[in-house]
Amino acid sequence: MTSATANAVPIASRSRTGVHAFVRRHPTVVIGGALLLLIGIASIVAPWLATTDPISIDPSHRLRSPSSEHWFGTDGFGRDLYSRVIYGGRVSLIVGLSVATLATVIGLAIGLVSGYLRAVDALVMRVMDGMMAIPAIMLAIALIALSKASVVIVIVAVTLPEVPRVVRLVRSIVLTIREQPYIEAATAIGTSVPRIILRHLLPNALPPLIVQATYICASAVLIEAALSFLGAGTPPEIPSWGNIMAEARPYFQLKPAMVLLPGLFLAVTVLAINLVGDGLRDMLDPRLARRM
Amino acid sequence: MHVYLIRRLLAAVPVIVVVTVFVFALLHLAPGDPAAIIAGDLASAEDVAKIRANLGLDRPLLIQFFTWVGQLLHGDLGNSIFSAHPVTQLIGQRLEPTVTLTLMTLFISVLLAVPLGVIAAWRAGSWIDRGVMGFAVFGFSVPGFVIGYVLIWLFAIELDWLPVQGYTPLAKGFWPWLSNIILPSVTLALAYMALIARITRASMLETLSQDYIRTAHAKGLSTPSVLMGHALRNASVPIVTVIGIGVALLIGGVVVTESVFAIPGLGRLTVDAILRRDYPVIQGIILVFSGAYVVVNLVVDMLYTVLDPRIRY
Repeated sequence: MTSATANAVPIASRSRTGVHAFVRRHPTVVIGGALLLLIGIASIVAPWLATTDPISIDPSHRLRSPSSEHWFGTDGFGRDLYSRVIYGGRVSLIVGLSVATLATVIGLAIGLVSGYLRAVDALVMRVMDGMMAIPAIMLAIALIALSKASVVIVIVAVTLPEVPRVVRLVRSIVLTIREQPYIEAATAIGTSVPRIILRHLLPNALPPLIVQATYICASAVLIEAALSFLGAGTPPEIPSWGNIMAEARPYFQLKPAMVLLPGLFLAVTVLAINLVGDGLRDMLDPRLARRM
Repeated sequence: MHVYLIRRLLAAVPVIVVVTVFVFALLHLAPGDPAAIIAGDLASAEDVAKIRANLGLDRPLLIQFFTWVGQLLHGDLGNSIFSAHPVTQLIGQRLEPTVTLTLMTLFISVLLAVPLGVIAAWRAGSWIDRGVMGFAVFGFSVPGFVIGYVLIWLFAIELDWLPVQGYTPLAKGFWPWLSNIILPSVTLALAYMALIARITRASMLETLSQDYIRTAHAKGLSTPSVLMGHALRNASVPIVTVIGIGVALLIGGVVVTESVFAIPGLGRLTVDAILRRDYPVIQGIILVFSGAYVVVNLVVDMLYTVLDPRIRY
């Protein structure tokens, strides 16, 4: 009996220390990931979590304080603030994920070509330098100002200024690796360029790229919120944290929570993404981790 | 030295060209007729035609571009569609609050973030270090407009120490000016401080591991003298670089911060221009902001040779 438990304990605790060790070594990834998972699930099951339709207006119940019926109170149109905030996460996450994916894929393609073909490199890099000189939010504003507001336009407008950052990263990696002897060897035995890119350059570029994609995701969530807050982002009929805050602004002195609650959700989401990014960076590049 | 200056100035030319082409192309990249979009849904065909003529959209693309660039070179950014005032005049009127806010932010950020980064690197691994790093992640993550509202709520509404919103020019007295500018500056400074503190720490860690730092300690120099005189001086190039690059962040933040604090600067002008689809104004502001970014980074590059005499181009 005693020996049986004594035998059982090490196995159980060993599997537990595996998880434990990971949590202890990378607490930021675990905390950030857990928060993000929570927000992600809440956004997906928003129709079940929300207490009412986030866009149904009820002027007779406008500007109510938090109650058991309206957990966060109601806004200037009598819409339930809690339901709107829960739905608002959808836009943020969709924009964040789409921009991170699009910017990374486009930037990767341009960066690989630019790093490998000297002929186009100079031109491409000058264009990227020029794009980076335009502040991201201004570039997005300019694009959106000329289009009908929609989530797709926001995604395109936020992706564009992020692309040069990825291009620079990928290009710098390619430039370092292409001088390595094993690339020379691969070329010498007649490996084709696409194959070198796929087999040798891509695996090397992937870890820093994943970290960069996480930061782009955080930045995209912030920019979408800022644009919506300024009235140049997600159209008003779709609740997003930025436009919920914008609509609550006139009532701020009366009911600060109307502005601060969606702001809190936004801040926690971006914080979670950044924590995951920092943790991934430490995991994938321990040398850099000590320095940063 | 002079050769370097000239080379560096020439390198800025393609950047400016790309920005100019880009800002011009923006109007034509958008799907559909830009004149119709600018005029809005309620405009008559006449209004649309007027806007098209005003912007010169009825002429061939290349002619439009060179006319526009020609005007730019004469310092003419066109006229606002909404008010018909020259864009340069509109921007000129709004420049002071934005410049004040930016300089104040820069001042606060550098003054606080560099020492924070130095101390964090000096006491790497301690609770001070953790605190500074935690603050940096926080500063990156909390959006400016959320911080702005928290500060307004705390200092203007609950404590009633400072005015809620608005702007007073410095000419009307120091305290009225400062009391209005302090909250927006702190709001804007937070993300910038996070950036500067982080790079200062990283760069200092690198420098502090050098042999000459040990030598400086060994010959009996005081810690502040080693940290500031020897280490920071040698760690300064990446820090200054990030301060320059961070100006882009600052400019984006200005637009949002001015909106939160109702400051009548370029940011407000931008937001008003978006709502009215006043495209010449938007183009003008982007050019001014991008130009400022290019100039700041040019100055930063020049500073390299001052900060680190080993750099010779």
